[in-house]
Amino acid sequence: MLKIKRVPTVVSNYQKDESADESVGCGRNCLGACCINGARLPLYACKKLDKSGAGEKPVAFLESLVLGEWEDRFQRGLFRYDVTACETKVIPGKYGFVAQLNEGRHLKKRPTEFRVDKVLQSFDGNKFNFTKVGQEELLFQFEAGEDGEVQFFPCMPLDAENSPSVVAINVSPIEYGHVLLIPRVLDCLPQRIDHKSLLLALHMAAEAANPYFRLGYNSLGAFATINHLHFQAYYLAMPFPLEKAPSKKMVTTASGVKISELLSYPVRSLLFEGGSSMQDLSDTVSDACVCLQNNNIPFNILIADCGRQIFLMPQCYAEKQALGEVSPEVLETQVNPAVWEISGHMVLKRKEDYEGASEENAWRLLAEASLSEERFKEVNALIFEAIGCSYQEEELEGTVVEQDNPSGSVNQKSNRTHGGPITNGTASECLVLQ
Amino acid sequence: MSITQSSASLFTTATEEKEGAFSARYSLWIKEALDELPHSFTITDPFISGHPIVFASPGFLKMTGYSREEVIGRNGRAFQGPKTNRRSIMEIREAIREERPVQVSILNYRKSGSPFWMLFHMIPVFGNDDGRVIHFVAVQVPISGRKMRNGSGCSEMVFGSCRREVCLGSYVHQERALPVECDEQELENWEHCEASESEKLKSVEAVGNVLSVLTRYSEFAGRLVCGKRSCLRVADCLSSSLVISLGRIKQSFVLTNPCLPDMPVVYASDAFLTLTGYKRHEVLGQNCRFLSGVDTDSSVLYEMKECILKGKPCTVQILNYSNRKDKSTFWNLLHISPVRNASGKTAYFVGVQMEASCKDIESKELRPETRQLSVVGAVRVAVRSSFMVTC
Repeated sequence: MLKIKRVPTVVSNYQKDESADESVGCGRNCLGACCINGARLPLYACKKLDKSGAGEKPVAFLESLVLGEWEDRFQRGLFRYDVTACETKVIPGKYGFVAQLNEGRHLKKRPTEFRVDKVLQSFDGNKFNFTKVGQEELLFQFEAGEDGEVQFFPCMPLDAENSPSVVAINVSPIEYGHVLLIPRVLDCLPQRIDHKSLLLALHMAAEAANPYFRLGYNSLGAFATINHLHFQAYYLAMPFPLEKAPSKKMVTTASGVKISELLSYPVRSLLFEGGSSMQDLSDTVSDACVCLQNNNIPFNILIADCGRQIFLMPQCYAEKQALGEVSPEVLETQVNPAVWEISGHMVLKRKEDYEGASEENAWRLLAEASLSEERFKEVNALIFEAIGCSYQEEELEGTVVEQDNPSGSVNQKSNRTHGGPITNGTASECLVLQ
Repeated sequence: MSITQSSASLFTTATEEKEGAFSARYSLWIKEALDELPHSFTITDPFISGHPIVFASPGFLKMTGYSREEVIGRNGRAFQGPKTNRRSIMEIREAIREERPVQVSILNYRKSGSPFWMLFHMIPVFGNDDGRVIHFVAVQVPISGRKMRNGSGCSEMVFGSCRREVCLGSYVHQERALPVECDEQELENWEHCEASESEKLKSVEAVGNVLSVLTRYSEFAGRLVCGKRSCLRVADCLSSSLVISLGRIKQSFVLTNPCLPDMPVVYASDAFLTLTGYKRHEVLGQNCRFLSGVDTDSSVLYEMKECILKGKPCTVQILNYSNRKDKSTFWNLLHISPVRNASGKTAYFVGVQMEASCKDIESKELRPETRQLSVVGAVRVAVRSSFMVTC
């Protein structure tokens, strides 16, 4: 395979003059064709991966880059509010849910502009997407490197031909250091998981080398707010309740990926770990996500433990909400159970919810998002089939043994609508402003 | 409170230095007394960057196959490996962060590379006078048999493949069995290895014995330690978990507390001490003005003071006076910023020093400005999270 040697582009005098003329652009210094000429960002290419140790290692290079650039934007006032001025606490209880009082966040957040009953929707350039953000919101380019060493270029041109992936700030941060990983930003991919992108996200988690830096993903219908492929990440130096939940192993795949289900957690979830390589783990999870997407099942993903653990949480809160099945008390909090909430980090808008936050309340809210036991089993069956795995439940007598399905094709079960999310049956647009 | 260095010869090795720091807390012969205990245990110091082991018992060295020099100064995770259960690692990390005891079975690796199961029992040791965690004591009890924990709840004692020929299929309970050797293949099936009740009792006994020795020798030294926190941590004392987090930051910086009179330094990184030539005990509790001198521009000092009063970050170039051998001055590109804790209010100011001559860097590294700001960011994360500890 040809290796491309990275060399900063030398801009000729002729080119310089040209770009000087076009420097006006649309005036917003965005990533559109109008402004992108001459755009430069640091580039971080991570090293080919090995399984390194964990724990309190010194602050890694990537961590310094993320924090240093974030603090720079922080001091420049690019965020809608100072998240460190928002009171936060650990709710007493077995799990230690984290609550934050943030009255301004939902007022200042960009509203959701698409229907919430379809997991797969095409990219719409007219709606807000990440090519419309100002370049000052971008921190650096990020790519999975080929070398044994980290390669860092402080000032690399943003070249559409290289299909760059970027890390940007989240201007409405949940915590300090809240960033967005936008794979191949200029390719304008819609919000859906593909193998290459999930692997990039895993690389970032591993490279950060800090178990308190997690990446999260919300599918459409599971409270993604922008239909442009992105992951979120931030630092919280304590375990998420989701990470503390006990788990029970279900299967180990042929590539060594161990799949477990979480026990005694309000949202029924799967945990993927192991695998003979990071790619194996990533591909297995991607296969599972593609299956969920094709079956219109909304889901969230949490990448934890430096990329060693991936939690997959299918959910149905939006459907329940549309059917009027969510309890009024939970609705009143106006908390949408996206990946961070399900992981156990709740941003609360009302003081009374914050003051009265309890493990019970948190549990009750999250439980509304969970699939039922029965539906979860159905979904798992779909996933295992897509992965090419056989899973036999121990308890039931005369259990149907799922056969290995090498083609991984989706079978007829997928069209079952009982207990599932709203399918394409609804003719009218279902536009919900969040 | 000064920690007197034991006859600080310039030629002490890193091992001796760390061991010296440990012994200095207690009265003479502490190491000899601990050496007499039969148990395997280690003692770590959260206030040294990297939270290293500062004492390892002969039992520990025998069990792991390492020499003292190979162990002192290393962090406990050095003995973990690819098959070590991630959940156990997290449980230990969280117990340290929350300054509480933990007892968990975990797979560790010897110097030879062979893995073995042991029951890891760790407790914090508190200073009686200031309520902070002085050390963590960790006891390791090898797990001699193995109980498979699986769905069917089977709890038969079985032995590893290498011992099958010895047991001939019969159940043999050995008091002082060696830890089970396991080849890597078998480990695939070992999700968890539960310690027996007697092993758990052994760990409790061992912890108690170590703690008694420490207590006794600390008493002689006039600075009592004990297993329970006897008073609330004093205001200018940082939690051990915050100190551990700050210890990850390799640049020169200090934390000062604006809520205490004269805004004293409450934390100074190792790099700060190296840069300025001062010792930690000379710096803690002092206002930063000790770095200023005759030729320091007072208008710059005024500018800093204004920013602090307004709670705004600022960067200044200031002439500082070091305590290095040559007592040289240096130009300090100093960045200061208020830092909030979980309550949302300002708890500290962070000051990040950069020696001006260091401005030229290789093109392959972060810009100095970014590096300086990254310290601020790392401090913000550490401070915000440290106050959210569940107690």
